[in-house]
Amino acid sequence: MSGKSSAHSVVEPTPVTKRIAGAVVIIYALISMIPLFWIFITGFKSPPDSISYPPKIVFEPTLEGYCNLFTTRTRQTPDYIQSLPPATETCDEITRSRNMVIAGASNYLPRFINSVVIAFGSTFLAVALGTLTAYGFSRFRVPLADDLLFFILSTRMMPPIAVAIPIYLMYRELGLSDTALGMILLYTAINVSLAVWLLKGFIDEIPREYEEAAMIDGYTRLQAFVKVVLPQAATGIAATAIFCLIFAWNEYAFAVLLTSGSAQTAPPFIPTIIGEGGMDWPAVAAGTTIFLIPILVFTVLLRKHLLRGITFGAVRK
Amino acid sequence: MAEVALNAISRRFGDVTAVDDLTLTIADGEFVVLLGPTGAGKTTTLRLIAGIEAADKGTVFIGGRDVSRASPAERDVTFVFQQYSLYPHLSVYDNLAFPLRSPARRIPEAEIKERVTAVAEMLRIGSKLQNRATRLSGGEMQRVAIGRALVRTPQVYLMDEPLSSLDAKLRSDLRLELKRIQQDLGATILYVTHDQIEAMTMASRIGVMSNGRLIQFGTPRQIYEDPDDTYVATRLGVPRINLLPMGLLPVQSAPNQATQMGVRTEHLEIAPASNGDANATVARVEHLGDQTHLHLLLGETPMTTLVDPHAPLAKGDKVRITAKRPLFFGADGKRVGVRQ
Repeated sequence: MSGKSSAHSVVEPTPVTKRIAGAVVIIYALISMIPLFWIFITGFKSPPDSISYPPKIVFEPTLEGYCNLFTTRTRQTPDYIQSLPPATETCDEITRSRNMVIAGASNYLPRFINSVVIAFGSTFLAVALGTLTAYGFSRFRVPLADDLLFFILSTRMMPPIAVAIPIYLMYRELGLSDTALGMILLYTAINVSLAVWLLKGFIDEIPREYEEAAMIDGYTRLQAFVKVVLPQAATGIAATAIFCLIFAWNEYAFAVLLTSGSAQTAPPFIPTIIGEGGMDWPAVAAGTTIFLIPILVFTVLLRKHLLRGITFGAVRK
Repeated sequence: MAEVALNAISRRFGDVTAVDDLTLTIADGEFVVLLGPTGAGKTTTLRLIAGIEAADKGTVFIGGRDVSRASPAERDVTFVFQQYSLYPHLSVYDNLAFPLRSPARRIPEAEIKERVTAVAEMLRIGSKLQNRATRLSGGEMQRVAIGRALVRTPQVYLMDEPLSSLDAKLRSDLRLELKRIQQDLGATILYVTHDQIEAMTMASRIGVMSNGRLIQFGTPRQIYEDPDDTYVATRLGVPRINLLPMGLLPVQSAPNQATQMGVRTEHLEIAPASNGDANATVARVEHLGDQTHLHLLLGETPMTTLVDPHAPLAKGDKVRITAKRPLFFGADGKRVGVRQ
């Protein structure tokens, strides 16, 4: 109907406007993706290619960066390498061509697993606590509710790193330094204020009539919360979870300060990847590329919940 | 089904007293309609009975049991909300099955299916069962909301203007259907409406509310023909009852305290008159199709009545009107004189 109409509508954008808007979005997206693209291709460069000047766009791809990321290597004499049985895996071959042999696995995988445990654990806790707190503030008469909410928000009014030293000392006393539990608690504490505020907005928008109807229909408040409120807050919970996860996943400063060994996460680990004669940029890029994947997957999985409008129109206003 | 009794309940919201010392008994199997303008406390009364609002004072009894402190689930009532409140994340079928699936009830899925299908057929939404609740028209949503109440047989049905957003045809169909269900089941229903026809046709008794108080409680005929005061008198009747100062129309034996009289349209006789014995002038004639409203001026005082659509009356005509059986009210608006 609108396709051939020449009448000017105030609500419907014209096809030209739509095309221009689309082009702007695409250009912006492309510009934003250049650094990501650069990291992605650097992961497949050889170390000399990665630091060549002018930078190389066309190069011979190699898995050397990924091999170096996951392994530790030792330099050996060519004679010794000759004496070994033929290489069976790609990484063996690449390493031997550099006159080295694989000595063992690197710390990248355990660090990556630490990141997964700490980021997803703290996200789960922050969202769970945030949802319950937001529901309480939204539905019950809480004494001094506004002051309490402001207090919760005020925990984010300075950069968390400003309290790094007290937290460092506290964690040392409590034995939480370099533990996954310590990092989960810390990221939960930082994220929960954001979660409460975001989710309160979403839950405020869910009409109380649904819970009232459910309670009259024979459900307890908790059952009504699970059966009626949670499904409708799914959009908000998904959005909040993504924000919390991105923060916890990328957090660097506290991770450097509080973890060094068994609980170290990937962000402080990646810059420590040193190759022969300096930074091993392809390995760093490979580590970063892999590091991006979980967030990407998580966001894609929750994408359908991020589309608003699920509850639109079911309650007559 | 059960008797519902409210004993001196009050509920305040800040400075506003929504329900003020309300005492009301709805007998087992009775259909009680609450009438009153917006803000009279009708909806709050329903919510207090359902238990989604707690009374500040007073007691609620359902089936003789004091449920003032009981949770909504324990009270075993159903509630049709004015704004449907269908669960938007569920299909029509799941919406109707939701009350039956309550963990407290443990009804087998086969029986749930049977009951949901029966109710859906009755409300003519059988073909919509798999639709999402949000993909329905307003009338269909309201029928699902009514259906969600009817799948259960609770102690009492509470309905807050359940037919208000339906078209006239469906509304009259459902009105009959509700009345039939009520009689078949012997259901106790407390029903809030603005609609005079619903109140008059369905109610066993009508409660007229104003500012949180129950002004008069009686059968539809009592409320219509024998109102306690001018407020109740003006609730029912289209066009509204005419409240006139005493002395404008000749009456026999008016009580001494009477300061105004109420004259319904059926209490007026209109005759064309010559200048001598005329007491009113036609100001306007409104043809509404099925009825004709006649606007008159008694001197300076306007009044409205019904007239035969083919009456040969036009603006400016002189008429003589006489009141039969008027109602008399005192200065405070209360009825005075002989009660029927």
